[in-house]
Amino acid sequence: MEKEDILTALRTSFPEDVLETSTPLGDAAAVVKPEALAGIMAFLKAEPQAFTMLLDLTCVDHPDRLDRFEMVYHVFALEGARRLRVKASLPAAEPVIGSLAGLWKNAVWLEREAFDMFGVRFEGHPDLRRLFMYDGFEGHPLRKDYPLRGRQPRLPMRPDP
Amino acid sequence: MTTRLQAQARPESLLLNMGPSHPAMHGTIRIMLELDGERILNSEVEVGYLHRGFEKTCEHRTWFNLLIYTDRLNYVSPLINNLGYVMTVEKLLGLEVPERAQWIRVLMSELSRISDHLTCLAAMAMECGAFTAFLYKMKAREFLWDAIEQTTGARMTTSYIRIGGVRADLHPDFEAVVRRAVDETRKVVKDVRGLLDKNPIFLGRTRDIAVMTPDNALSYGWTGPCLRSTGVAYDVRRAQPYLTYDRLDFEIPVGERGDNFDRYLVRMSEMEQSLRIIEQCLKPLARTVPAPSGIAPAEAIREARRRRPDDPVRLSPNLEGSEKAVYPGIMAGDKRYVLPPKEDAYTTIEGLIAHFKHFMAGHGLRPPKGEAYFAVEGGNGELGYYIVSDGSDRPYRLHLRAPCFHIVSALEELIRGRYVADVIPTFGSMNMIGGELDR
Amino acid sequence: MAGNFLTTRFEAMLAWGRKFSLFHYPYVTACCGMEYMSAACAHFDIDRFGAGWTRFSPRQSDLLLVVGTIAQKLAPVLKTVYDQMTEPKWVIAFGACTVSGGIYDNYAVVQGIDRVIPVDIYIPGCPPRPETVLDGLLKLQEKIKTQGQDWRWKKKTS
Repeated sequence: MEKEDILTALRTSFPEDVLETSTPLGDAAAVVKPEALAGIMAFLKAEPQAFTMLLDLTCVDHPDRLDRFEMVYHVFALEGARRLRVKASLPAAEPVIGSLAGLWKNAVWLEREAFDMFGVRFEGHPDLRRLFMYDGFEGHPLRKDYPLRGRQPRLPMRPDP
Repeated sequence: MTTRLQAQARPESLLLNMGPSHPAMHGTIRIMLELDGERILNSEVEVGYLHRGFEKTCEHRTWFNLLIYTDRLNYVSPLINNLGYVMTVEKLLGLEVPERAQWIRVLMSELSRISDHLTCLAAMAMECGAFTAFLYKMKAREFLWDAIEQTTGARMTTSYIRIGGVRADLHPDFEAVVRRAVDETRKVVKDVRGLLDKNPIFLGRTRDIAVMTPDNALSYGWTGPCLRSTGVAYDVRRAQPYLTYDRLDFEIPVGERGDNFDRYLVRMSEMEQSLRIIEQCLKPLARTVPAPSGIAPAEAIREARRRRPDDPVRLSPNLEGSEKAVYPGIMAGDKRYVLPPKEDAYTTIEGLIAHFKHFMAGHGLRPPKGEAYFAVEGGNGELGYYIVSDGSDRPYRLHLRAPCFHIVSALEELIRGRYVADVIPTFGSMNMIGGELDR
Repeated sequence: MAGNFLTTRFEAMLAWGRKFSLFHYPYVTACCGMEYMSAACAHFDIDRFGAGWTRFSPRQSDLLLVVGTIAQKLAPVLKTVYDQMTEPKWVIAFGACTVSGGIYDNYAVVQGIDRVIPVDIYIPGCPPRPETVLDGLLKLQEKIKTQGQDWRWKKKTS
C-alpha cells in the first residue's frame, strides 16, 4: 500500500469525517473530525491497513485559533514501514477527544502525558492523571500561555539572590 | 497523597515503595508494589522525576541553539539524538548533506550506539551482582569516548552533528584510535559473553523472566532492541535507510523469546554489528585530513586589522588546524543555513556578517512553515522528532518520540505476578534513560 | 621508643581519618551519572582518594553526591535523603544543573540544589569531566582537613 492508497482508502471509507489529506514533505497526513477519531483509528489498525503501532501521540497548542488544540497521532505499519499522521483539532473551551487506550496499550501513558501537558481530556481513558508533573501543580506547562519560568516548588526554597 | 495503588490495594497485602532514589535503579523512577509475600500482585510506575521541560524550553530557543538540549535527552548516546534533530530540520529545509559528512554521521552514531548498549548492559549486570562485567564494559566505553572526544572535543555532550553537516572533520589520528577502540570493545564483548552467557545466577534472573510477546510489544509501541528481542525484525536503519546505511552490510539480530536474557543477547549481538559498520565506514573516510597548518589565531586577528591574511588560521577547539579547507566535505554549501568557518568569521568582513546574520535575533535559520516527522534508530529504538515550524527563528513545537517512554510503559504489566527480585533485571534490560523518558 | 608513637591533635587525626574514608551516596538522576560512572570505574578510579565505597543508604554515608538535574518533583526526595544522613555530612553539587540549574532555566527544574540543602563543594561542567570530579573531591578533603570537626560530645557542651 502506498501513501496515496491509504489516504484514498481513508477518504472513501469516511467521506464525512476526513476533512483533508495531504503529503507534506513526503509524510502522509490526514485531518479528521475529533468525534470520529477513535473509529478511524480502529479502521487504520485493522487489516488491510494494518497500522499495528501507535508511534506517537502529541498535541500542538494554537492559542490564536478557535480550535485551539491540534492532536497529532503517528501510526506505523510494519509491513512496508508505512507511516501516517492523523490530526484532529479540538475547541479551546472543551478539549475532549476519544481515548485510544482500548486500541493500543501505550496510549494510556501517551494520553496521560497530553493531559498533563495540555489539559486535553480523553473520554474512556482508564486512569487519566498527570504523568510528569506532580499533584498540586496548577496549569498545563506546554500550553503557550504558561510562562517558561512558571515554577511551582513543592518545598520552601531559598529565594533568588 | 493517596496513589492509585494505595486506593486499590487489598487490605492484607504489603505495599512497598521502590525509588525514586534506589540503589538498583539507574535513573529516577518510582515503582510502588503491592506484594503478597514476594509476589507482585500489582504495581504502579511513576515517572517524571527528571522532567526538565525540554519541549517547552526548545520553543524558546533558536533552531541552532537548541541543539545542546538534544545532547541531554538520551545522554548515553548524544550523537544519535543530535542526528535525529538535525535530520528533521534538514527535512524541513530540504537540505542535502555532503557524502563525507554522512559517513561521519553514521560512524559517530554507531560509536554512540555501542556506548549506549554497553552502559545499559553494564548497569543491568551490576544490578544483578555482576560487578566485574560492569567494570569491563565501562573500560570499553572509555576507549570509545576517547575516540569521540578526540574528534568532537567532548566526551558526552558533543553537539557535534550540526544542521548541514558535522562540526569538524575527523582528527588525523582518528582511524588508529577507532581501531584500538574497536579491538578493545571486541575483547570486552567476548569477555562479558564468557562471564554472563552461561552464568547460572545471571541466567536464573533473566531467562524466561518478563516475557514479552510480539503482539504485545507492538501494542506498547516498543521499538529497537527490545522489540527485536521478541522476534520482530524492525530496525529503522533497514526499514527506511537514512544517510548511507543502505550501502552498509550489517545484520539485524533478533531474539526468540522476548525475555530479559534475549534483550541482553540482542544488545550484545548488535554491538558486534555496530563494530562491523564502524569498520566499513573507515574505508570511505580514509582520506587523510590535512595536518594542522597556518598561523595562530591571535596573530591572525592582529594581522587582519591591517590586511586580509593569506595564510589559513589554525584554530577551533578540536579541531586540529584550519577547517576552511575541509568545510566543503563536511558541511552543506548553503550559506543561509550553515555557519561560516570560524576563521572567516574572525578575519573577513563577509564571514563576520554571515556569522552575525546567523545569530542576530529573528535573523537566524528560519525553516519554512510546515511540519515534519523524522525518525532515526536510537540506542533504544525509533527516536523520532516531530517539529512544527511557523517560519520564525524558533520552533513552534518540538516533540520527541522517546523510545524508552513506550518501553517503560509496559513495566507494570511485565512485572505483574513476578517476584520482587525480578523487577531489577527487567528494569535494567529496558534501558530506561531519564532524560529521554521524562524529557 | 622511636617510631612507635606520634603526637598530634585529636581533631587533626579525626579530620585525617574522615577525609580518607568518605562513604558516598550517589544521588544519580541524569547525564552527569555517566561521568560519575566513569569517575568511579577503573579508568579514573575514585577509590584512589578513599571515596570508592558507594553506600546506597543515606544512613551509612558521609558524602552526598548530587549528580544531575534536580527537578521540582524530585526536590522533596533530595531533602529527605539529606535529612536522613547522619552527621558529619558533606554535599557535593556535581554538574551545572545542581550548581545553578544549568541550561534548564524553566518551570520544571530547581535552580541549584543549594536552594534546598546546604552544599560544600560545587563542581562545574555539563557534565564535569572525571578529572574535575576528582579535583572537587580533593577540594572537599582539603576542606574537611581544615574545618573544625564537630564531635558529638563537643557539641553537647557548647
